[in-house]
Amino acid sequence: MSLLQVKNLGVQFQTPDGYVYAVNGVNFELEKGQTLGIVGESGSGKSQSVLAMMGLLAKNGKASGEALYNGQNLLTMSPKQLNGIRGDRVSMIFQDPMTSLNPYLTVERQMTEVLQLHKNMTRREAKKRAIELLEAVRIPEAARRIDMYPHEFSGGMRQRVMIAMALLCEPEVLIADEPTTALDVTVQAQILSLLKDLQRDFGTAIIMITHDLGVVAGLCEKVMVMYGGRVMEYGKSDDLFYNPTHPYTIGLLGALPRLDHDGDTLVSIPGNPPNMAHMPKGCPFSERCAHANAHCVEVLPALEAAGNQTSMLRACHKSVAELQIIKEKAYA
Amino acid sequence: MLRSKQKAAAEAIAANVGAVAVDGRSPWRDARERFFRNKAAVLSLVILTLITLACVFGPMLLPHSYEDTDWDAMSMAPTLLNSHYFGTDELGRDLLVRCLIGGRISLMVGLMATIASVTIGIVWGATAGFLGGKVDTLMMRIVDMMYAVPYLLIAILMVTLLGREFYLVVLTITVFSWMDMARVVRGQTLSIKSKEYIEAARAIGVSTGSIIFRHVVPNLLGIVVIYTTVTVPGVILTESVLSFLGLGVQEPMTSWGVLIEDGTGVMETTPWILLFPAAMLSITLYCANYIGDGMRDALDPKDR
Amino acid sequence: MWSYAFRRVLMTIPTLLLVITVCYLMLHATPGGPFDTERKISAAVLANLQAKYHLDLPLWQQYLYYLKSLLQGDLGASFRYADWSVNDLVANALPVSLAIGGGSLLLSVFIGVGLGIIAALRQNSIIDYLVMLVGNLGSAFPSFIIGPVLIMVFAIWLKVSPAGGWNDFQISYMLLPMALLTFINVSTIGRVMRGSLIEVLNSNFIRTAKAKGLPMHTIVFRHSLKPALMPVVSVLGPLAISSITSAVVTESVFSLPGLGKLIINGASNRDYTLVLGLVVLVTVVAVVLNLLVDLAYALLDPKIRY
Repeated sequence: MSLLQVKNLGVQFQTPDGYVYAVNGVNFELEKGQTLGIVGESGSGKSQSVLAMMGLLAKNGKASGEALYNGQNLLTMSPKQLNGIRGDRVSMIFQDPMTSLNPYLTVERQMTEVLQLHKNMTRREAKKRAIELLEAVRIPEAARRIDMYPHEFSGGMRQRVMIAMALLCEPEVLIADEPTTALDVTVQAQILSLLKDLQRDFGTAIIMITHDLGVVAGLCEKVMVMYGGRVMEYGKSDDLFYNPTHPYTIGLLGALPRLDHDGDTLVSIPGNPPNMAHMPKGCPFSERCAHANAHCVEVLPALEAAGNQTSMLRACHKSVAELQIIKEKAYA
Repeated sequence: MLRSKQKAAAEAIAANVGAVAVDGRSPWRDARERFFRNKAAVLSLVILTLITLACVFGPMLLPHSYEDTDWDAMSMAPTLLNSHYFGTDELGRDLLVRCLIGGRISLMVGLMATIASVTIGIVWGATAGFLGGKVDTLMMRIVDMMYAVPYLLIAILMVTLLGREFYLVVLTITVFSWMDMARVVRGQTLSIKSKEYIEAARAIGVSTGSIIFRHVVPNLLGIVVIYTTVTVPGVILTESVLSFLGLGVQEPMTSWGVLIEDGTGVMETTPWILLFPAAMLSITLYCANYIGDGMRDALDPKDR
Repeated sequence: MWSYAFRRVLMTIPTLLLVITVCYLMLHATPGGPFDTERKISAAVLANLQAKYHLDLPLWQQYLYYLKSLLQGDLGASFRYADWSVNDLVANALPVSLAIGGGSLLLSVFIGVGLGIIAALRQNSIIDYLVMLVGNLGSAFPSFIIGPVLIMVFAIWLKVSPAGGWNDFQISYMLLPMALLTFINVSTIGRVMRGSLIEVLNSNFIRTAKAKGLPMHTIVFRHSLKPALMPVVSVLGPLAISSITSAVVTESVFSLPGLGKLIINGASNRDYTLVLGLVVLVTVVAVVLNLLVDLAYALLDPKIRY
C-alpha cells in the first residue's frame, strides 16, 4: 500500500455566484521517501489540493474524493483523528514565512508545543529536541535564538524555522507549498539543498508545490502539471522535462530560459490564467492553446497514457506527433 | 543568471497580463456603481435626504410656529384633528414643527462643523505630510495631544466662557473634530509622495503644480470623501450631547438634543415628547453611519 | 521597555501643560469672567479668589502660582460657594464617578472581550447576533436616548429600579447607570474583539497552528487571544475619553452627584473656577489612562522593543 494515495480529489468553493470548482479529479500516489512536484500557475488548484488533504480549506470550501494516508481517509476523519496525524505524521510548510509564524509567541513556544502535543515530551525535553532541529536546518546559535520572536529572524531564517518545526516529529510526508517563492534567489537555493539533505537524512516523502520548474527539476522524481484545477500531465520528472507531451507543459518549458539551447527569445504563453468561476466546458487550457479547435473547447480530454510512454499521463485531444511542431518552434 | 532570465520571462508574462486587464474604466464610475448597488446605503441616502428636505421646507408648510403656544392643546398626544401630528409639548408648542426646526439647527451645525473640521484636517494633514521632518513630528504630536484631551469638558468650558451662540457651538465642535481627517490625509499624502507614478511624472518633467493637481489631489479625494461622511454623524452627535446637557443653543431656539432633554423630563406622562426627537436623531445617525459604510466600501478597494 | 515608559511619561507633560495653559488663559480673557475685577461678587468669595489666584500680581506670576497650587494638588476655589473649595466638592463627587465610570469600564472589558470571543467562534449564532445588535444599537443610539429608555422600561413600567438619584452607594441606584455605560462600552469592545479575532483566525499563522494538529482551545487561547486583543487595547484609550463623555451624560440622565453633574451645574451657574479645576482634574485622569493604555500595548506587542 502506498503511503499516501489520492483518489479523485476535488475541491469546491461556495461563492455568492454559485459553486467554483477549484480542483477536479486529482489522482496520485506517494511512496515512502519519494518526491512529487506539483506545478502550475496561480489559480491552478495546486495549493488547494494539498490544503484539502490537510483539512485547511477556507470555511466555504469542501473537499470530495479520497486522500488515504496509510489507508485512512484524511478527508472524512474526525477533527480529533486528523489532529493526531497532521503535524505528527504529515506536516506542512507554507509559502510566506513572514506571516506563517505567530508573531506573538517565541520560536521555542511554537516548536515545543508540537512535541508536547504529539510526543508527550516535557517542555524541557521538547526544547532540547527543538534546538537540535534548528541546528539541523543550520540556524547559527540555535540555543540562544530559540527564545527569540519570529520578527527577529530574517525571511530565510524564518523559513528554516518553519522547516525545522515541520520536521520535529519526523513526519512521513512533508508538504511544501511554494516554500521558496517569497525568498531571495540565493536563499531559495540554500533552502532547496537543505530540503534535499533532510530528505536523505530523515527519509521523508515530500510533496513540493511550486510554479517554478527549476525547483522541480532539481528535486522531484515525479511531476504533476496542473491547470485550471485539472491535471494536464503527470509523469517522471526526466520524461516530462525532456519529452513534454502536453501543449501547456511545452509552453511552460518554452518560457524557461535554458543553458543547453541557444537563442535568447523566451516564449511566453499568451493570455491570462483562467478565471475559475467561468471555465470552458472542455479543456481548461483551450482558451490559450495555440492548437485548440472547437472540439477542445467543447469536450474535456481524459487523463490517459501517452502513446509510446506508458509511465506518462496526459490530458489532450491532440496526439504527441501533432504537437511535435510547436515543441520545435519553442526551442528554435 | 538563469534565475534572472526566468524572472525576465515572468515579467514579460506579467506585462502581457497587465495589457489585457486594462479596460479604461474610471475608478469614480466604479465607485458610484458600487455605492448604488449597496441597498442599505442608498435607502439611508433617500431617508436622510427626505429628513433634510422636511427640516428645510416643512416648517413653512405647517400652520404652526415653533415658539407659539396653542392654548387649546397643551401636552397633547399626537393627533390628526388640529394638525398637531406629533402632538404638543407642555407649553402647547407644536412638536412636529419644533422637531423640524431643531433638525435644521442640528443638521446645520453638523454641516458647518463638518466643513470647517474637514478643511482644517486636510490642510493640517497635507502640510504635515508634504513638509515632513520636524514640522511633521510637531504637528502630529499636537494631534496626539488633542486625542488625549477629554473634549467634552473642554467644550463645556468653552461654551461656559464664550456663550451659547450658534456659531460658538460650531467652533467648539470643530476644535475637537478635525484630528481624524488630519491623520488620514497625512498618511495618504506620505504614501502618495513615495509612489512610483509621482517619481515617473517628475522624471518626465511634469511641473510640481500639475503633479499636485493631476496626481496627488485625485488620490486624496477618495479618502477625504470617506472620512467626511464618517465625520458627519460624529459632529451631529456632539452637538446633541452639548444641547442635551443644556450647553447648546438656547430657548426658544431648539435642536434635537434640547428636545430630547425636554422629553426626558416629562417622559412618564407624555412619552411622545421624548419619542419623536429621539427617533429623528437616531434615524439620522443610523442613516449617516450606513452612508459612511457604503462610501468606504465603494471607494476603498482594500476592503474587498 | 523602561526607557520607553520613561519617555512616554515625559511626553504627557506638554499635553497637560498645554491644556492647563489654554484653559487658564481663556478664563482670563473672558470679559465678565472670574478675574474681571469690575465684577460685583461677595466679599467672602473675593477673599477666596484673592488667596488662591493672586489677582493683584502680574499675569505670569498669577499663572505660576496657579501651577504651583495645582502641583500641590489644590484645584482652586469655587467662584460661587465661599465655603467650598474645588477639592472639597471633588472629594464628594469623585467616588460616585469612579464607582459608576471605572466600575463599568472594567466590567465592559470583561463582558466585551468574552462576548466578542464567543461571537467570533460561533459566527451566526445567537451570541453573535447579540454582539452585532448591541454594536449596532450602541453606535446609532446615543447614551442620552438609551438612558431614558432604560428608565422608562425598568423604573416606570416594570418598577424594579429607582428612576435616578443616589443613596450612598446603594446597589439598586447604581444598577441602571452602570448598565447604560457598560452597554455603550461593550458595543465597541465586543464589535472590535469579534472582528479582530475573526481576522486573526483567518491569518496564516493560525493555518500553521492548525497544520501542526493543535486542538481548537490551544489555537484560540494560546495563538489567537493576544494578537486579537491588540486592537481592543488600542481602542481603550479613545474609549476611556468617550467614556468620560458618556459618564457626564449618564450622571445627568440619572441625577447622580458625580463629577459630571458637578461640572454641568458649574457650567450653568457660571462657576468658572470650579469648571477650570474639574477640567484640569479630568484631563489628568484622561492623559494618565491614555498613558496606561500605551504602556500596556507596548508590553503586549513583542515587536515593540524600545
